[in-house]
Amino acid sequence: MNGPVSGSSGGPVETQDLRSLLSAQLDQLLHRAQSGWRSIVVFVPYIWLFVFFLAPFIIVLKISLAESLIASPPFSPLFEWTEEGVLTFQLIFDNYSYLWEDDLYVKTYLNSIKISSISTILCLILGYPIAYAIVRSTPTTKNILLMMIILPFWTSFLLRVYAWMGLLADQGAVNSFLMWLGITDEPIRMMYSEFAVYVGIVYTYVPFMILPLYANMEKLDITLHEAAADLGARPVTTFLTITLPMTSPGILAGSLLVFIPATGEFVIPDLLGGGNVLMIGRVLYNEFNSNHDWPVAAAVAIVLLFVLVIPMMIYQHVQSRESEG
Amino acid sequence: MGKKRSTFLFSVLCFGMAFLYVPMIFLMIYSFNYSKIVAVWGGWSLRWYAELFRSQEVWDALLLSLKIALMNATFATLLGTLAGLALVRFGRFKGRTLFTGMITAPLVMPEVITGLSLLLLFITLGDLIGWPGERGITTITIAHITFSMAYVAVIIQSRLAGMAQDLEEAAMDLGSKPFRVLVDITLPLLAPGMVSGWLLSFTLSLDDLVIASFVSGPGANTLPMLIYSRVRLGLKPDINALATIIIVVVALGVIAAGYLMLRQQKQRERDMQMAATDTVKMTA
Repeated sequence: MNGPVSGSSGGPVETQDLRSLLSAQLDQLLHRAQSGWRSIVVFVPYIWLFVFFLAPFIIVLKISLAESLIASPPFSPLFEWTEEGVLTFQLIFDNYSYLWEDDLYVKTYLNSIKISSISTILCLILGYPIAYAIVRSTPTTKNILLMMIILPFWTSFLLRVYAWMGLLADQGAVNSFLMWLGITDEPIRMMYSEFAVYVGIVYTYVPFMILPLYANMEKLDITLHEAAADLGARPVTTFLTITLPMTSPGILAGSLLVFIPATGEFVIPDLLGGGNVLMIGRVLYNEFNSNHDWPVAAAVAIVLLFVLVIPMMIYQHVQSRESEG
Repeated sequence: MGKKRSTFLFSVLCFGMAFLYVPMIFLMIYSFNYSKIVAVWGGWSLRWYAELFRSQEVWDALLLSLKIALMNATFATLLGTLAGLALVRFGRFKGRTLFTGMITAPLVMPEVITGLSLLLLFITLGDLIGWPGERGITTITIAHITFSMAYVAVIIQSRLAGMAQDLEEAAMDLGSKPFRVLVDITLPLLAPGMVSGWLLSFTLSLDDLVIASFVSGPGANTLPMLIYSRVRLGLKPDINALATIIIVVVALGVIAAGYLMLRQQKQRERDMQMAATDTVKMTA
């Protein structure tokens, strides 16, 4: 019987050489094929994201540094060949100074951050005990509850916001109920206010808070720690010194998942807030689609990106730590 | 004390579920309202469903949305699976940090930014190379693939990370070629993740309003774009009917999928238990 292909055992010398030569070549070939498909696996999504995700930002940055023109496209070129054949480019920071000088934009950015921060806190206050209650329920109940939290995710976001238009209207269900209770004689105006925007954001984003919290608590076997602490400590102390610090990764992930998209939210302030609520996503949308001022819209987007880049980096850090262990 | 806490948790749970579901239930009840003014009850009726089915505009928008969602889900699953594989199984490679960044950023990027930047890309490309000539179904699909593949990549990544590499390594040791290992072992193990990725991409696409509004062109109205253009000026009874149909279809789908997954999980647990008892018997 001859040895394995790698050829370490006996047999005629020539065959052995031939075999090891062949196997070495085969190995090399396999290796090349392997690194071939490996690079395809990386390359295809890489190129896609590069072209359709990264490159667009570079273009936005470029246009934000151009001048508004009444032309098509409505902005000045960044690079130009002069008559002597020299490549010149001009950066115009007018759009950015315009944003800074116009009160409206600064106020809108600050108001967006205020609204999304308060909404994040409200989501946390509502979501934390819900996630906790789900972790502590029996396996069957747990599955049903999780499904109930996930279900709204799969239904239309737009329609869930629309549902609140019906509830918060002057003759809507909430006002009818309050009047029936005798709390108020006249309908309270709730639509087109910051209150309606808060309700809309908390309603649509609270599952984004609950799910990371749940995942975090589930892993920690929180009940055990609490049982141990119950032996001596008061519940409030237990919660503040053990439960809360242990769940901080979940709190962080959930808060970022609410805060970042809520800051740039368009649909909710548009449908529930109307013209009364200043939020930057809506301003950006209108700047582009109604005013056709592309360079200003691009500058608004770049500034928004700068506002959100730190929370985004923290989120990515949390995610990568999560996936590593 | 423990009793007090569980009462508290129970009431929070009830409040939370009511908060999530009562608005949708009201929306559905009012779809059967005869009155033209949504908020005023005028008796039960199927009037708005009939009106909805007669509307050619709604059917066209639905068809366009379904086409986009199907193409998006398929391509996003392919690309996202590749990306997930690359992230978990390939260790360090050149440009990995950028790659990870480009995968996670679309998950949290505000839609207005993604939409605006993709539109400006399409316009620039159109000027430079003449493609895309006109915006519509193709540009919307490309935009949807770009953010959907990130979700798929995350699902695949978490599934791969939780999966032991033993099987793949064993097959390699036994002399399987890497490609065969991928086809025979890795992909079947990834299949459930790919199915959930496909379904999620499908619904993300059906749901998107902001990005589609940016990158769409004249004449291409997706279903969310149609709904938005109708409701932005107030309540519309036929949209309540449409919403009811969508919610019921989605709910049935999610419940069915959840039930199937639960059953599969139980089956797997039973199999493993049986295998364990068999092993014990054999060694005994």
